[in-house]
Amino acid sequence: MTIEKYLVKKTSLPVLFDKIKASGKVVKAPKKKSHTTDFADVASFSEVTDDYIVTTQSAKSVAFPRVEKLFNYVKSKDGVQITDYALNAIPEVVMWGVRPCDAAGFDPLNAIFTWDINDVIFTTKLKKTTIIGFSCQNADENCFCTSVGGNPGSTQGSDILFTKLSSGDYLAEVISEKGKAIQALAPELFEAAPSEDKEQNLAKVDVKFTKEIIKEKVDKYFESDVWKEQAQRCIGCGTCAFVCPTCACFDIQDENHGKNGHRIRTWDSCCFSQFTLHTSGHNPRPTQDRRWRQRIMHKFSYMPDRINVYGCVGCGRCSRACPVDMNIAEHLTNISKM
Amino acid sequence: MVDVKKKAAELLSSEAVKVIIGYTEGTGGKPRAAFIQNVADVEKLIFNSQCVMNLAVYLTKAEIKKLGKPAIVAPVNVLRAIIQLAFEVQIQESDIVVLGITPDEKLVEFQSFAAIESYLEDFKMELDAKEKETLAKISGMSLEERWAYWTEELSECFKCYACRAACPMCYCHKCAVEQNKPQWIPVAAHQLGNMEWHIMRAMHLAGRCVNCDACHNACPKGINLNFLTKLMLADAQEQLGYTGPTLKEGNLLSTYNPNDQENFIK
Amino acid sequence: MEEKNIYKPYLMRVEKITLEAPGVRTFRLKFENEEEANAFEFKAGQFGEYSVIGEGESTFCIASSPTRKGYIECTYREAGRVTSALAKCEEGDVVGFRGPYGNTFPIDEWKGKSLLFIAGGIALPPMRCVIWNALDTRENFKDVTILYGAKNVGDLVYKNELADWEARPDVKLITTVDPGGQTPDWKGEVGFVPAVLEKAAPSSENTVAIVCGPPIMIKFTLPVLEKLGFTEDTIYTTLENRMKCGFGKCGRCNCGPVYVCKDGPVFSYKQLKALPDEY
Ligand SMILES: Cc1cc2nc3c(=O)[nH]c(=O)nc-3n(C[C@H](O)[C@H](O)[C@H](O)COP(=O)(O)OP(=O)(O)OC[C@H]3O[C@@H](n4cnc5c(N)ncnc54)[C@H](O)[C@@H]3O)c2cc1C
Ligand code: SF4
Ligand code: SF4
Ligand code: SF4
Ligand code: SF4
Ligand code: FES
Repeated sequence: MTIEKYLVKKTSLPVLFDKIKASGKVVKAPKKKSHTTDFADVASFSEVTDDYIVTTQSAKSVAFPRVEKLFNYVKSKDGVQITDYALNAIPEVVMWGVRPCDAAGFDPLNAIFTWDINDVIFTTKLKKTTIIGFSCQNADENCFCTSVGGNPGSTQGSDILFTKLSSGDYLAEVISEKGKAIQALAPELFEAAPSEDKEQNLAKVDVKFTKEIIKEKVDKYFESDVWKEQAQRCIGCGTCAFVCPTCACFDIQDENHGKNGHRIRTWDSCCFSQFTLHTSGHNPRPTQDRRWRQRIMHKFSYMPDRINVYGCVGCGRCSRACPVDMNIAEHLTNISKM
Repeated sequence: MVDVKKKAAELLSSEAVKVIIGYTEGTGGKPRAAFIQNVADVEKLIFNSQCVMNLAVYLTKAEIKKLGKPAIVAPVNVLRAIIQLAFEVQIQESDIVVLGITPDEKLVEFQSFAAIESYLEDFKMELDAKEKETLAKISGMSLEERWAYWTEELSECFKCYACRAACPMCYCHKCAVEQNKPQWIPVAAHQLGNMEWHIMRAMHLAGRCVNCDACHNACPKGINLNFLTKLMLADAQEQLGYTGPTLKEGNLLSTYNPNDQENFIK
Repeated sequence: MEEKNIYKPYLMRVEKITLEAPGVRTFRLKFENEEEANAFEFKAGQFGEYSVIGEGESTFCIASSPTRKGYIECTYREAGRVTSALAKCEEGDVVGFRGPYGNTFPIDEWKGKSLLFIAGGIALPPMRCVIWNALDTRENFKDVTILYGAKNVGDLVYKNELADWEARPDVKLITTVDPGGQTPDWKGEVGFVPAVLEKAAPSSENTVAIVCGPPIMIKFTLPVLEKLGFTEDTIYTTLENRMKCGFGKCGRCNCGPVYVCKDGPVFSYKQLKALPDEY
């Protein structure tokens, strides 16, 4: 559908929020927690914060949570009984306050989970998720969406995108049928489109490189000392992957509670030293520089090659969260100049 | 800092060491670890009160060992870690050069680990007033309250293991959470899995933790997991008069002293 | 697109357990559900995720031939958690199976050619499938040579099959054990696979070589094959990158642009040479 534009008054926002809640949908929105700001269930609009560049964690948990029970089982003397995942119990969720980079992150995730074989758990969850985006008025030194094809006011991935105007009111862009369904909950709040230009109300994020240049360079410099130099301080944790909106790597494990249990899927990361370790002790990626190279190659070479989408939306979360300041934008900028 | 840089340059140009592990300026002026291999780059070294990352974590990393003999810029937290690592036979005197750095950013040179140990006598590892206050608050809670407090605090953990990766004492190649025969700790980052992971980690650090807060500073979720080890430290100080790592006594909990209190045995 | 939970395994009954060598067992598995059994198809070279419910999943190739219907077989070596749990299973127990996944040996393209199978250690299972597939359609191929080596006589797997193949006039079987691994009554060769291969010097004329084994064996066997006149695209092997999902999602088996679980596990030597050294 073509994007429809409206004005939503500042004072209408909480009303819309309440209407969505009243419709029975689960609403998750950025909330200040004791140490971070993250998406969480919120009881009322007053708990929602708009004071964040991006949340610490991405919005991906809505469709790809850190622990997913794939099915339940019961073991008995005569065998095993499996209770399948209850797809029809997945609730309708509205993600409120998603930044454009985060919204764009669902594309690469979806590409992975639908590559030839459909991961119905993920795709059903995503189908039942409505994304209400909010453009960025502020960016920090870690943001680089514009270098990887995004921008602070991009509508990609959102169902409705709000952009705060100089008056404090909002430009609402209704992008999809799911967005229309939200609008239909309170059509009276969506007034005639404002004349004010959207662009001038967006954060400025300088273009540092292009994703195509990065692809060209990493394909050329697979064998290069740059990986060793960059990875020296990397301590091989899972932080960058866990906060990343597009990282999809996971582990599969069984968890028992007596005779009952479930098979679960949990987040994993190519930066962990054990990620590729064989039981025999052989490790195909034995050093951190190779694991760092994998991270960058996967996002900027293998994903575009295989599933036609880059694995980075420039949110800068990994840089902010990294315990040793592995600034990805800085590393990519250096690679782009090789 | 001038004298540290001068010494670093000397060490590199005489090839006494191959790399200087220190701090340099990172994103937004904040410090980050640096691995200086050329004399010309020595100028990039910095030191300030924000340099809290415990660089000793790199001393046991294979990739860094491959660079050759290091000199390490070592404020007190790093010195303590060096002593504990030395006691645990993870590093040897001849393997590293320690560029101690005083709180007012002056160079202190050490000829031996024993010299570090005696220097540290002036920096007893004691909990400060603020830490004690938080500990008192936690200890003052009823059992239920305390369980609720930690459950809530640890519910945020997503098991990225940055705390472990940043900890100079967590150097095991295969951590107990990665053992799967048997599987001691649930892999998942849910309530039980998180609680067991953190209790296990704290236990493995009992009497070994150097109270540098590297784990907490590394945590992207800002979890106060360092207070689990601080709780044990407080007990160790109170009951056993423990004031930090030494070369001789080493691991607090595996060392027997006839004068230790036994009033916890009921 | 499919609407079923791709992580849910078939339930399989362990019908028969054969102890092949110390720590190495073959399981014959039958579908619990008749319909699933009838709908199930696979090709030589494919693998699956086998699980002991409650212990987790593990990757093994399907060691039986697609020409033999009604069951599948796997042969595994006791190593870590899942394989140790499998080792405790008894006939009649129920295990999980997901699959088949991965690509296949291009056995149709090999019609009219001679086949040279070279296997080391426990790597005979991935090959056994394609060997039986070839022998069950023997008329499609010219000479069939099997060179199989293990550390010692006790470690040779599929002893019954080896006897079968030995007895067949249309198969040339060469078995070998590492020096020191022989028993007094050992009649086969003594020596490492590459050396024995060089001595046997099979013709490369219109022949495809299929090599499976530990990385070190493969590393030393490939140059010998090249010396014998085999080319990059007449040599095939299988890779064993660590896997979890088996269908290109978990990221674990990713090696360069290739996902071993989707694009492999079967690769020609030519394809292998194009990959980074991360397998
Ligand atoms: C395509 C393919 C075919 C294989 N075929 C066979 C076979 O026919 N017979 C056989 O004995 N072995 C085979 N393997 C190797 C086998 O998968 C591992 O030995 C096995 O997964 C070890 O599991 P574990 O649970 O006992 O060990 P753990 O150490 O408990 O394993 C934990 C997990 O690590 C992974 N893993 C560890 N080592 C390997 C490895 N070498 N390859 C792949 N994943 C690994 C698995 O995901 C496993 O679930 C094959 C591997 C692949 C990739
Ligand atoms: S790699 Fe970093 S910057 Fe890119 S999408 Fe992931 S978290 Fe954001
Ligand atoms: S391979 Fe690494 S970079 Fe790619 S999705 Fe997995 S964890 Fe993220
Ligand atoms: S880049 Fe940073 S967050 Fe990622 S593994 Fe390395 S140290 Fe951890
Ligand atoms: S760093 Fe924080 S989130 Fe990560 S494992 Fe440790 S406590 Fe959990
Ligand atoms: S095994 Fe999961 S991607 Fe290959």
